[in-house]
Amino acid sequence: MLKDKIADMFNEPGCEKNQAKDAKARKKGCSKPLTPGAAAGGCAFDGAKIVLQPVTDAAHLIHAPLACEGNSWDNRGAGSSGSDLWRRSFTTDLTELDIVMGQGERKLYKAVREIAQAFNPPAIFVYSTCVTALIGDDIEAVCKAASAKYGLPVVPVNAPGFVGSKNLGNKLAGEALLDHVIGTHEPDDVGPTDINILGEFNLSGEFWAVKPLFEALGIRIRASIPGDARYLDVAGAHTARVTMMECSTALITLARKMEERWGIPFFEGSFYGISDTSDALRQTARLLVSRGADPSLLNRTEALIAQEEAIAWARMEAYRPRLQGKRVLLNTGGVKSWSVVAALQEIGIEIVGTSVKKSTDEDKERIKQLLKDEHHMFESMAPRDLYAMLAANKADIMLSGGRTQFIALKAKMPWLDINQERHFPYAGYDGMVELVKRIALAIENPVWETVREDAPWDREGNLTESPLLQAGKGVIGSREEADPHFLAHHRKKFAGAGADDMAEC
Amino acid sequence: MTAVIPRTKAASLNPLKSSQPLGAALAYLGVDGAMPLFHGSQGCTSFALVLLVRHFKEAIPLQTTAMDEVATVLGGADHLEEAILNLKTRTKPSLIGVCTTALVETRGEDFAADLSAIRRRNADALAGTEVVLAQTPDFEGAMEEGWTKAVTSMVDALVPPNPERMVSLTQVNILPGWHHTVADIEHLRDLVEAFGLEPIILPDISGSLDGTVPERWVPTAYGGTLVPDIRAMGRSVHTIALAEHVRAPAALLEARAGVPFTVFESLSGLKAVDRFVALLARLSGRPVPARLRRQRSQLQDALLDGHFHFGGQKIALAAEPDLLFTLASFFAGLGAEIALAVTTTGSSPILRKVPAREVLVGDLGDFEARAAGCDLLVTHSHGRQASERLGIPLMRVGFPVFDRLGSQHRLTVGYQGARNLIFEAANIFQANRREPTPQSLNPFRDRRPTSEDTHDSHAQTAAR
Repeated sequence: MLKDKIADMFNEPGCEKNQAKDAKARKKGCSKPLTPGAAAGGCAFDGAKIVLQPVTDAAHLIHAPLACEGNSWDNRGAGSSGSDLWRRSFTTDLTELDIVMGQGERKLYKAVREIAQAFNPPAIFVYSTCVTALIGDDIEAVCKAASAKYGLPVVPVNAPGFVGSKNLGNKLAGEALLDHVIGTHEPDDVGPTDINILGEFNLSGEFWAVKPLFEALGIRIRASIPGDARYLDVAGAHTARVTMMECSTALITLARKMEERWGIPFFEGSFYGISDTSDALRQTARLLVSRGADPSLLNRTEALIAQEEAIAWARMEAYRPRLQGKRVLLNTGGVKSWSVVAALQEIGIEIVGTSVKKSTDEDKERIKQLLKDEHHMFESMAPRDLYAMLAANKADIMLSGGRTQFIALKAKMPWLDINQERHFPYAGYDGMVELVKRIALAIENPVWETVREDAPWDREGNLTESPLLQAGKGVIGSREEADPHFLAHHRKKFAGAGADDMAEC
Repeated sequence: MTAVIPRTKAASLNPLKSSQPLGAALAYLGVDGAMPLFHGSQGCTSFALVLLVRHFKEAIPLQTTAMDEVATVLGGADHLEEAILNLKTRTKPSLIGVCTTALVETRGEDFAADLSAIRRRNADALAGTEVVLAQTPDFEGAMEEGWTKAVTSMVDALVPPNPERMVSLTQVNILPGWHHTVADIEHLRDLVEAFGLEPIILPDISGSLDGTVPERWVPTAYGGTLVPDIRAMGRSVHTIALAEHVRAPAALLEARAGVPFTVFESLSGLKAVDRFVALLARLSGRPVPARLRRQRSQLQDALLDGHFHFGGQKIALAAEPDLLFTLASFFAGLGAEIALAVTTTGSSPILRKVPAREVLVGDLGDFEARAAGCDLLVTHSHGRQASERLGIPLMRVGFPVFDRLGSQHRLTVGYQGARNLIFEAANIFQANRREPTPQSLNPFRDRRPTSEDTHDSHAQTAAR
């Protein structure tokens, strides 16, 4: 039952945040009730699709009226090195007649047949949604029947939008993999250094900047779930020796249950930031050796880390003169990867604010140490306040997701997308250098000076100064006398933590 | 009459449609200080919001009643009320435009009665904010229908009867379609004002989604039609509806307040613009300004220069009915052949007039499967996959256009808009021209025992 599944998710013992709660709070679940008229963010279906759709050679069929898929397809920048089937959009596009006449299940069954015949994919994922759950379509039964009839796995994903948030949908997608996919295929090339990576989405293809590091150590990625995954690799993921889990809250239950069921140990790691990338390699090697891999792997890993870190730091150092003292506002809902913050501070960037909405108490403790001034921590900021902070020039750049993009831009403030819509790969050693480069390019772009320039007339259109006179004085373009924001910018009133505090990270 | 072929398959592959509530939300966004509200689960809003942002590159005000499992079972009137009151307190909108979704419509409630009860109960709290309703389930219609319903709902809620037929002789109602861009609406305003007439444009996205940088943070739509202006529409001398899908609100204005109306099915061709300009001249009693006469002459010249590139070109078109008709007429009017016409929904009477053998109600999967051998694909950005796989250039039109900048500033109506379209398409043809090769001109090329490649004939048909 879906209800039991959801209760199970909320009871996740592997989740630190959950363990910090008492029994009563745990029972209430992780998702806060939404406020009508003041809610933002995606639904459970959205979350489920995000986790599964980058399985590139599978067809993803959304059993719904138009909007669930029609308004949202081909909108994420995950990279595929093979099939493009996942980018095509399949939906039953239910009409009023289908709903009234109760033809949903029949149409779904037919749709599976059409896809199987036209594309012959290794598997079809079928997603339920609010309307099809409400009218009681039994997608599990349809999937089972269609699977038997057409001889391919048809995987039901039961995460209708109204059951909760995007995050819950992520977890329910993990359950679908566990119930129907992982363990259904036995690869014939199992080795002692095979690993899984969970929660890697390969945005902008960034995993391709990390995978060669593993390969250089002789470590094979059995399944990267879901980024650039092949269905059969996911189905054989139970044969891996170690699991690394990124983006921790999304797939933690999957990681834990894979450990329970197949004895695959897992660790939480990240490829964002220099030291996190090194740690990820180090932990992987350590766990593999503890499970019987050749112990020489440990030394080879350290050698690779030393070599790659040295190169990355040398490349980053080149940006120090350009970024020293620049003030960054992080608005991400909760930074997990402290090594990004550490690396930014290492080259002289100041963090003048960070949101901690999704952070655990432990995270918050770490932020306090890192930032020195806990006033730079905020739960979440209303768009109006965020705009005010940026318009008052209290930062040089904001790093955030697309949702708050226009707050920065309308405040004429540099902004860098660090969320799923971004266009640049930030993972691994090269990715960290890329991030620093993008911050420098964003801040230094001459466009900021241009757009902040006041028009030479007032609100009524009357000229504020005689252009001829101004030209004579030779001060065209100087804002220093007029604009208090500009002055504030130069006074550096928001001196924060410096680079030296970061040694231990 | 053009045959309209309905959809028969079960799996829709690569949808052409955007959803009906999205079309309604877009219409509400053209009203100053408005806040569209989706009555559904939060995902309904989130998906529409992200898509609108990807197209307009603007922050889009759009809220949700956040229906959860319990509300879905027990009924959503409480959520609707709470959402409206929260929006009123937080953003002080001039108008809240409620759009229902498939979720709440499948459950089925009397939304109109719920809303009037909510309005009655909270008369004081909601003072200064109009609340209007468009019933727009995702399981029927698409952008066009949603736009129609939202515009009609605003006219219905705000325009009082005008029994005495009090008329302001220079005031004209303009009802654009959803496919008209910011640039189109700005241009239409200029055209109408050139005759000394005062237009009330509903909705007017040229003020709200035109990409400006305001001096403070504004949580609602800013710019757009003023609510008091909507109330005054009953006193206009005439209504000009600029697409078949806004005939309904135009007709309602006539029934309600006696405002006569004229529908223009397209404003992207010389004859249609002539009729439009002539109507303005008649309504105002003024001669056509020299500037417009000059623009007409420029269009004539563009037609002459451009037609070389269009003759015999095979065009594959996929769009909502009115946009499909406009573009098909445009291309056919320059000698191109509409080899394929795909649309979203089959009920619009305009489909019968599309200059193609048939119009298929379908998706971009149907489009891709039938477009091989065409010279140009014309649809929204999601046509990029078909374009890549078929190797045929894509001209991006309609919604969504998320992988090119400036679609809202593309002018497509009037003499100047028609001229722009000619240049845009002709330039794509020229950029993709296939030069003749000895193989492509060899008279025996098609007489091989296995003639597997139909693309060979391309070089012949390509316009010089």
